[in-house]
Amino acid sequence: MPNIRFRLNGVETDIDADPETSLLATLRGPLGLTGPHFGCGAGECGACNVLVGDQAVSACDTPLWSVADKDVTTIEGLGNAQKPHPLQRAFIAEQALQCGYCVSGILMSAAALLKRNPDPSNAEIRAALDRNLCRCGSHNRMVRAILRAAAEMRNP
Amino acid sequence: MTEKTPSTPKLPVSLAANPKLSSWVRFASDGHVAVSSGKVEIGQGIVTALAQIAADELDVDIARVRMVRASTAGSPNEGVTSGSLSVQQSGRAIRQACADIRQIFLTAAAERLGVGPEALDISDGTISGPGNVSTSYWELAGEISLDRDATASAQPKQSSRRAVAGQSVQRLDIPDKVFGEPRFIHDSSWPGMLHGRVLRSELSHASLVDLKEDGARQLPGLVAIMRDGNFAGLVSETETGAELALAALRKGASWTLRETLPDETGLAEWLKSQPAEHSVIDSKKASKPFAKARTIRRQYSRPYITHGSIAPSCAIAQWNGDRVRVWTHSQGVYFLRADLALVLKIPLENITVEHLEGAGCYGHNAADDVALDAVLLAKAAGGRPVRLQWTRADEMSHAPFGAAMTVEIEADLDAGGEIVDWRHSVWSNGHTARPGRANLPALLAASELASPFPRYIATNPAQASGGGADRNSIPLYDFPSWQIECHRLTTMPIRTSALRTLGAQANVFAIESFLDELAAERGEDAVAFRLRHLSDPRAQDVIRAAARRAGWKPEKREGIGHGLGFARYKNTGAYCAAIAEVEGADDISVRRLTIAVDVGEAINPDGVINQIEGGAIQATSWVLKERVRFDRERITSNSWSEYPILRFGEVPEVDVEVISRPEIEPVGAGEAAHGPVTAAIANAVFDALGLRARNLPITRERLIAAMDLAS
Repeated sequence: MPNIRFRLNGVETDIDADPETSLLATLRGPLGLTGPHFGCGAGECGACNVLVGDQAVSACDTPLWSVADKDVTTIEGLGNAQKPHPLQRAFIAEQALQCGYCVSGILMSAAALLKRNPDPSNAEIRAALDRNLCRCGSHNRMVRAILRAAAEMRNP
Repeated sequence: MTEKTPSTPKLPVSLAANPKLSSWVRFASDGHVAVSSGKVEIGQGIVTALAQIAADELDVDIARVRMVRASTAGSPNEGVTSGSLSVQQSGRAIRQACADIRQIFLTAAAERLGVGPEALDISDGTISGPGNVSTSYWELAGEISLDRDATASAQPKQSSRRAVAGQSVQRLDIPDKVFGEPRFIHDSSWPGMLHGRVLRSELSHASLVDLKEDGARQLPGLVAIMRDGNFAGLVSETETGAELALAALRKGASWTLRETLPDETGLAEWLKSQPAEHSVIDSKKASKPFAKARTIRRQYSRPYITHGSIAPSCAIAQWNGDRVRVWTHSQGVYFLRADLALVLKIPLENITVEHLEGAGCYGHNAADDVALDAVLLAKAAGGRPVRLQWTRADEMSHAPFGAAMTVEIEADLDAGGEIVDWRHSVWSNGHTARPGRANLPALLAASELASPFPRYIATNPAQASGGGADRNSIPLYDFPSWQIECHRLTTMPIRTSALRTLGAQANVFAIESFLDELAAERGEDAVAFRLRHLSDPRAQDVIRAAARRAGWKPEKREGIGHGLGFARYKNTGAYCAAIAEVEGADDISVRRLTIAVDVGEAINPDGVINQIEGGAIQATSWVLKERVRFDRERITSNSWSEYPILRFGEVPEVDVEVISRPEIEPVGAGEAAHGPVTAAIANAVFDALGLRARNLPITRERLIAAMDLAS
């Protein structure tokens, strides 16, 4: 098996794996990061979104070889209970979810948006999340939470 | 009405079924209170609402309350988490159990401290009295056995004395979910755990005539291939290995078609032509004779709708000799256990079923099916746990759907155009095929085994439990006479079971559309027309509140329409009125929903708003987009691209007003909005375009068809 190296949540990582394996299967399997969720396996729901560089991508249809030497950030790398990302704090403050299965992917799409646009409008947020599905109907709370986080990040 | 009668010493229904106090509450030595419920978290925030109730009644900080996951190993048996009944059933039981327990501890503390119980106070679990004497639940717990039955001799607190219930407490499960902590069953990993996959045909009804296993057997990590009749699956060391083996097995499988599906294009008429069990749901005779001047008849329909959980269903099973342990996101651990026992032909006590959270399910999806699949595959795993996850395509084609429905309403009007007789008929498959209710298992694989069980045909809950296809078919309006009938299909080529609101969505859509049409024809305002036919003040209040909030009726603008929908869920639950604002361009878009809801006591007001918002948005998705597609052999809408749902850019603004009635027993909010929102959108479409949309979903094609009919 070839060896593939990338930076995972800031840590140099190398793994022996079939380069065609999906990034998601690698993260959830051998690397033990279950924050990115399997939803469809076809890049249609966004539950598995992670950052590759500054872009949000669906990990389920991203082959492992394509992230060689790149930075991969998962929800676990965005923040944690001890050091939450403003987006995570805002999602708690707005109670911006119901079941929460889609939320780790949505947070990563939102994080990518705020990197390229620190002051997005409501419509820009909706456009950025248009490939993420939420079945519980928590969309509007999520948009509010992202607006709140963006404001906090601009004026910390 | 369900006003409280303070002196009735009657146990709430869940407490009567599980009277032992220790099955609900235990005081842990570390200063926590473990509270058990038979209801499970499905993203609706129930665990938090129940913790609030316990914290209030016991006078402990909510941070001390630990909610125990439901398990057949000891949780109270509360049936299934469905029907917006969890606050009603579990909440009342916990409230009463905690009141009893508080009283028991106060009596014991009084004895120990040598003061009268009326002189004692409880604050965060510390029981103190005059002269700085004090003890606590935890100090006393060792000498007080709660292995005794509830008596309801203690009176729960008056609503005005509750400090936690009624507050918008932050949900206990949310932090884990935003930090990506492994909280879902999908993310659980047990030592030595293997991964399974089940092979199912794309055909809806297929026989497995041949299975070549060589390709799959050559793959590294393969542990076992299992076949029992038409049921086949495999177990692998890794999830990737299981995926690869499934693909190989799929290549080696030959299937033949066993049964065809109905013609999708004539679905509404097909439902009316099938063999059915006919029942009269309700009838009311006029007190005085009426003179009919004319009759109006309208037909409405909705398609099959998929639950569409974002997570494919998942389960973990592990055998130890003739005993099996199952982890599941099923809505009813005891019911699932009953069906597993039927299929496995082993005693109930050999099976332990424990709940782990899954994604939102919105009713009976494949959660129970996948548990049997996992149990069957785990037999080949040599005692190791097997985690099994369905594929997205199987989730959207083999799980039960919400039933397609045809509703016909006929009204006789007198010379003044007033309704003098009302007839409502529903044709539909049954709306529940949940496990654990019959001598026949309802689990999918049970019908696939070499010695198969017959297919379980979905039935309807009794009207006293809210009904199924007939849910909300009895009008809340004061018509002088009516006849309500239900025709439940006794064939079931497409599998159906409970989807949020059961038949209520289509029945409310039909009733409220019909009334809107009558009001419009009379030139009468939609709000005024409903108010003069409703004598229930709570019904009037939600309609008035929604109308006030939406500025009813906004000035007419080109291409914009407003419409109203109202219902009381199950005719006994939450009252809800919705006003939709739609824009009719190429496609219909819903811009805004203004909703008023009355759930009696709102235990967690923000939780109620969250449920109503979510229900409203989900209903908008059903109305504008959703329809299970199929040809004569298979379900073709088996991916998100083939079964689109509402996206962020299409989601309306939702504004919710909760009418607070802390003195009235709480009811659930999860299903209150779907019917009213559906009708409000359809009525707003008429207001915008002058077209009556009577068949769901309301798409551009359907509107063009309605236009052709109108011209």
